[in-house]
Amino acid sequence: MMTTAGPSHPPITILKRTRADLGLAQNKFLKKTAKGKVLSFLRERYVRDDIPCGFEGCDQCRDLPGYKPVLQKGYRHTKIDPHYLVIDTNIVLHQMDLLEAFPPDLALIIPSTTIRETRHRSLPLYNRLQQLVQDDERKVWIWWNEERRETATHAEENEGPNDRNDRAIRLTCHFYNQHLPIGHPLIVLLTDDRRNRELAEAEGLVCCNTKTYVDGLVPEVRQDLVDLVVGGVDAEVVTRGRRVYEEYLSQDVLNAGIKTGRFVQGYFNASQYNYLEGTVSGILLAGRQAMNRSVQGDLVVVELLPKAEWRAPGQDVVDADVDQRNDDVENEVEAKEKIQENVGRPVPTGKVVGVVKRNWRAYVCHLDRSSLLPEAQLASLSQQTVFATPLSVTLPRIRLRTRQAPTLVDQKILVTIDSWSPFSRYPDGHFVRALGKVESKEAEQESLLLEYEVPYRPFGKAILNCLPVEGDSWKVPPKGDLVWRDREDLRDLIVCSIDPPGCQDIDDALHARELPNGNIEAGVHIADVSHFVLPNNPMDSEAASRGTTVYLVDKRIDMLPALLGTNLCSLRPFVERLAFSVIWEMNDDAEIVNVRFVKSVIASKEAFTYEAAQNRKDGPLKDPLTQSIRLLNTLAIKLKAARMRAGALSLSSPELKIHLASSESAEPIDVEQKQLRETNSLVEEFMLLANISVAAKIQETFPATAVLRRHGEPPKTNFEALQDILHKRRGMTLDVSSSKALAESLDACVDPQRPEFNTLVRIMATRCMLAAEYFGSGSVSKEAYRHYGLATPIYTHFTSPIRRYADVLVHRQLAAAINYTPLHPSLQSKSHIEKTLNVVNKRHRLAQMAGRASVEFYVGLALKGAARREDAFVIRTFRNGLAVFVSALGLEGLIMFKDIEYDAENYIITVGGVTIGVFDRVRVEVGVEKDKNTQRGKVKMVMIEPVNQTL
Amino acid sequence: MASSRLEILNDGGLRHDARRPYELRSLSLELSTHPNADGSSTVSQGLTTVSASVFGPREPKQRAGSVHDKASVVVEVGVAPWAGAREVRRTRGDKRLLEIAAAIRQTFEPVIMTHLYPRSEIAVHIQVISADGGILPTAINATTLALVDAGISLIDYVTSLSLGLHLTQPLLDLSAPEEADLPTLVVAALPSGKVTLAQMETRLHVDRFEEMLTLGVEGCGVLKTEMDRVVKDRTTRVVERMDKVIQGRITGD
Ligand SMILES: [Zn+2]
Repeated sequence: MMTTAGPSHPPITILKRTRADLGLAQNKFLKKTAKGKVLSFLRERYVRDDIPCGFEGCDQCRDLPGYKPVLQKGYRHTKIDPHYLVIDTNIVLHQMDLLEAFPPDLALIIPSTTIRETRHRSLPLYNRLQQLVQDDERKVWIWWNEERRETATHAEENEGPNDRNDRAIRLTCHFYNQHLPIGHPLIVLLTDDRRNRELAEAEGLVCCNTKTYVDGLVPEVRQDLVDLVVGGVDAEVVTRGRRVYEEYLSQDVLNAGIKTGRFVQGYFNASQYNYLEGTVSGILLAGRQAMNRSVQGDLVVVELLPKAEWRAPGQDVVDADVDQRNDDVENEVEAKEKIQENVGRPVPTGKVVGVVKRNWRAYVCHLDRSSLLPEAQLASLSQQTVFATPLSVTLPRIRLRTRQAPTLVDQKILVTIDSWSPFSRYPDGHFVRALGKVESKEAEQESLLLEYEVPYRPFGKAILNCLPVEGDSWKVPPKGDLVWRDREDLRDLIVCSIDPPGCQDIDDALHARELPNGNIEAGVHIADVSHFVLPNNPMDSEAASRGTTVYLVDKRIDMLPALLGTNLCSLRPFVERLAFSVIWEMNDDAEIVNVRFVKSVIASKEAFTYEAAQNRKDGPLKDPLTQSIRLLNTLAIKLKAARMRAGALSLSSPELKIHLASSESAEPIDVEQKQLRETNSLVEEFMLLANISVAAKIQETFPATAVLRRHGEPPKTNFEALQDILHKRRGMTLDVSSSKALAESLDACVDPQRPEFNTLVRIMATRCMLAAEYFGSGSVSKEAYRHYGLATPIYTHFTSPIRRYADVLVHRQLAAAINYTPLHPSLQSKSHIEKTLNVVNKRHRLAQMAGRASVEFYVGLALKGAARREDAFVIRTFRNGLAVFVSALGLEGLIMFKDIEYDAENYIITVGGVTIGVFDRVRVEVGVEKDKNTQRGKVKMVMIEPVNQTL
Repeated sequence: MASSRLEILNDGGLRHDARRPYELRSLSLELSTHPNADGSSTVSQGLTTVSASVFGPREPKQRAGSVHDKASVVVEVGVAPWAGAREVRRTRGDKRLLEIAAAIRQTFEPVIMTHLYPRSEIAVHIQVISADGGILPTAINATTLALVDAGISLIDYVTSLSLGLHLTQPLLDLSAPEEADLPTLVVAALPSGKVTLAQMETRLHVDRFEEMLTLGVEGCGVLKTEMDRVVKDRTTRVVERMDKVIQGRITGD
C-alpha cells in the first residue's frame, strides 16, 4: 500500500465550547457607519488553555505553541525585590521614551489588552511598541490575556472600557502570581493611574508609579532615565492659577454635534504667519482660546460661531518669538492677547471644542535662553523648568523640566509633548535627547530627518540578507536560465537613458524606431525592481515603510539598499539589465495603435544627461541612437500638444539647484534655478504615457485592488482669493470651471513686460490645488480616479520603482496582469492595499517637505556668508508688511514696516508715500539673522526698492 | 482612534476570535427542528445559524417545473430580519440571496438521486437566522442534514466550508470580518473528495487555488465526521425509542 505524507499543516479541528465559557463567548461592538448611524453587533470569541507564560523552564507551558523562555532573572531595584514589570496602556502612551531607555534585562510582561488599546489609540506608538517587543536583546513577553481562559474578561455592568482594561491587566498580575512556581520573581504592576493602584493594592498586588519606580532604580541606571519620566499623568492636577482654556466637550456630545452638523471635524492647520491663528477645514480659529490647545496636525472638532462673530483672517504678521519673549515659565502671567479687528471680508470662524486624535510626536527644538536661570545658577545641575522652541513656526513652545539645561543651551534637542492642561498656556513635555551643536552639519541633517519623520537608520542584517548572494558581481544569467522564462531579448534595441547629471539610480530608458508598416515603435524600459524585491520579505517591508527615497541637497536616503538602487537595478549603459518594458506602436500623430507590456533584458547604449541628449539631438549626427532621440522628441511634442488640448495644467513650483563646493564642505557656492530643456519634456511625456497605459491595464485586471494615483479637482472656493487679487490688481479673470478652462486662463495671465509674472501666477495657482495621492481602485468610485492636473481619467506610477514604493506594487500587479507571475495575496487584499498606500502617501508628502527644507537650509548657509540683493514679487499684503517671493532663490520672506497705510480691499499698502501691491516687483536684500533666544537662524529680508529700508 | 480595524492574525498566531488558522468554529447540528417539514435541520457554525426545511418529494407546485424522468430541486433562501446579515441585505440585496439559492441547487442536483423521484419536486427552504460569515457553507451543511432527515436518497453527504488567504496563510471557516477582508473560497465536497462546489470571491492564482482547494476538501472531511456522529446518535435514539414502543406494546403498558 502506498502511504502519502501527512499534511504539512497542523490538524484541522473543530473548537468546542463548554458551558463555562458562554459568558465569554461574545463581544459586543459598537460601530459608526459612514452616515453616522451607530450599529451594535456581536463578534464571537474563544478562550484557550494553550497560551504560554514565557517563564524560563515552566513545566506547564514549555510545550505550548509559541513558547520562548523570555522571563528569566528578576530585575534588581533598591526598594523592590527582584521582579518583572507588568505595564498598562497609559505607560505605553505616555512613557514610551522611558520604556525604550529601560535596561534590556528589565523583564516586561505586556498584556495583549495594552497592545490592542495602543493600536487603537496611536499607530506611531504602536509601531514603537512593536519594535520594543521584537528586539531580541530585550526581555519582553506578550501575554495574550483576553485569549487565555484564566485572564479573559467580559464587560461587567456599569463598567467603562477603561475600567475593564485595568481589571484585565490586574487579572494578568494575579494569573502570573498563581501560575509561576513558588519563589518566582515578584510581579509588579507599573501604572500611573492612581485609582488602578488603589484597586491593585486592595487586591494584594504589588504596584508602583513611574516616578517612584525610576527614583528607586540603582543610581547608574536612574541618572539616565530620570529626565525621561513624564510627570504628573495621575499626579496632582496642577492648577497654575487661572483657567486659560475651556474644557473639551465629552466624546458623546462631540459625536452628536458632528452628526447634526453643528460641529465640524478636521485637521488643525496653524498659520505660517501668525501664531495666534489657525484653520480647520477652512474655518478660521482666531486667538489662543479659539485654537484651544490644538497642535499642528491634531484631528479636532470645531464649533462654528454665529455669523455676527465671524472675522477676517489676520492681516498682521505676528511673530511668536518676539511676542512671547517675556512669558514666564513658572507663572502663568495673564497675557494681553492682541486680536485686532481686521478689515476685510469675514470668513466662517469657529472655536475648538474637542480633540479626536492628537498628532503629537517628538519635535526638534532649541532651548529658549531667556527662560533659563541666570548664569550663576546655571552651573548647578538642579532640575529647572524651561521653554523649548520647536524649529517649526507652526508649533507652540513646550515647557519641560530638565537637570541638563546648562549643557543643552547651544544644542538642537528632541522634545515631546506629554500633555496640555486647560490651566496652562503652554503644553508640557519632556526632553528625549540631544542631536548636537546648533548649525553643525550632523545636527542639522539629523534634525531635518527627524522633523520630517524620515526613517534613516542603515539597512539591517535581515534586510541585506535579501540581496542576491553574488553581490555586485551579479549578472544577467546566460539565456536558458530560469530568469529568461517569459522574458523578451531586447538587448539589440537602441535604448538609452536621459537623466539629470550625476544620476546613479537610473529607473528608466527609452527607444523609438520606424516600423516597416510606416508606424513607429516606441518603448519605455523600467528597472525590473520586483525581480529583486520579493513580496513580504524584510527588504520589501522596509521599502514599504520608507515609501520613497528622500533627496536632500547633500544626502540621499534610499528606499532600497544601494546595491540594488544604484547598481543591479539601475539601467546603466553598456551592461545587460533586467527591465519591464512598455512598447507602443504609434502612428505619425503619436496616437497609440497598440500597446504591450513585457519583462525584458536590455543593454542601454548610452546614459545621457538632459543637456547631452539635447546637444546630440540638435547636432549633425545621423546614427541610429541620435535618430531614436529625434523620433522620441517628435512624438513627445505631439503627445504634449494632445495633453494640453485635453486640458492638462502646466503648473509651476520653483525648483532650485544647489552647487556644493565639495562633498566635504557644507558651504554651498551657488544657487541657481533648474533649467528645463526639450529633452526634459521628452522623458516626461513618455513616462506619463507609460504610467497611463499601465494604469488602464492593471485597473482592467484588478478592478478592486489596482494601485492608482489621482489628483482631485480642487474646490472652486480655493481659488477665490487668487481670483479676487488678479481681478483687482490686474483686471484678469481666472476661469476655474474645469482644468481646461483653468489652463487656458492661466495661459492668458501674461504681462508682456514681465515674463516672470505668468510663472508667479502659476505658483500661486498651484498652491490652491489639492495634493495628488495613491489609492486602491476599489476604495473610490470610477469617476474619482481622475487626475485633474494631468487631465487624464486614470493614472498611476510605474516608472520609478527604485525610488517609489507604489511603483513596486504596480510592477507586481502588472506582472500578474500579463500572467508573468501569480499575484501575491497581499495585493488582493483591499485593506492591505489601503494601509500600505496610506503610509506611502504620508512618506511621499514628508519627503517633499524634507527636500524643500534641505534646500532652504543651504540657501540660508549661502546667505550667511553674504547678503544678496535680488528681485522679488509681492504675493501678499498685511497690515504691517508684505510677503514676497524671491524666484532666484525660491524663497519666500516677510518684509515688515512700521508706519504704513493698508488697503485690504485692494491688496495694497502705502509706505513713505509709495504704494506697493500684490504682483509688484520690488528689490530686496536677503540675509540671515539669528534669533538670540531660540538660536534659530532666520532669513531676513529688507526692501531696497522702491523704499529703501537700509537707510 | 488610530485604527479600529481588527487584526486578521496577530503576532501570537491567533485570529481576532482567538482561533488558530486551522481551527473551525464551534459547530452545532440539530435534526428535525421544524416538525411541519418533511425533513429539517438547524446548523450553527460560530454565530452563523441557518435552518433548512425540506418539502417533498411532492407534486410540483407548478406544472412547468416537472421533469418526466427525475425530481426537480427548488431552493429558496430567506433572511430573518434580525439576522444582522448586513453584507447580504444592504449591499447586494436580493441578488445575493438568489446567488446563494442557485449555488445550493447546483450543489445538490447531482447528489440527490433525483431519478428515484420522477415528475416530483424537492423543495428546500433556507432561513438565515443569524449571520457572522459563511452563510453559504452553513446553508449547504444544513441542507444535507435536512435531506437526510427527510429520508431522501443521496449519493453521499455534502459538507461545505469557507476558507480565506491572509498573505500566505490560509484561514479556515471565516467569520464575517475575515470574509470582508480576505480573498475567500467556498468549497463543498463529498467524502470521496469529489468537489461539488468551489466558489471564489476574488481572483486567486492557480497555485494557490489548488492548495486551498485541497485544504478545503480536508476541512469538509472533518465536518463530515461530525455530521456522521450526529446522524448516528439520532438513529440510535430513534431505534431505542421504537424499541421501547414495541416493547411497551408487548408488555401491554
Ligand atoms: Zn507557564
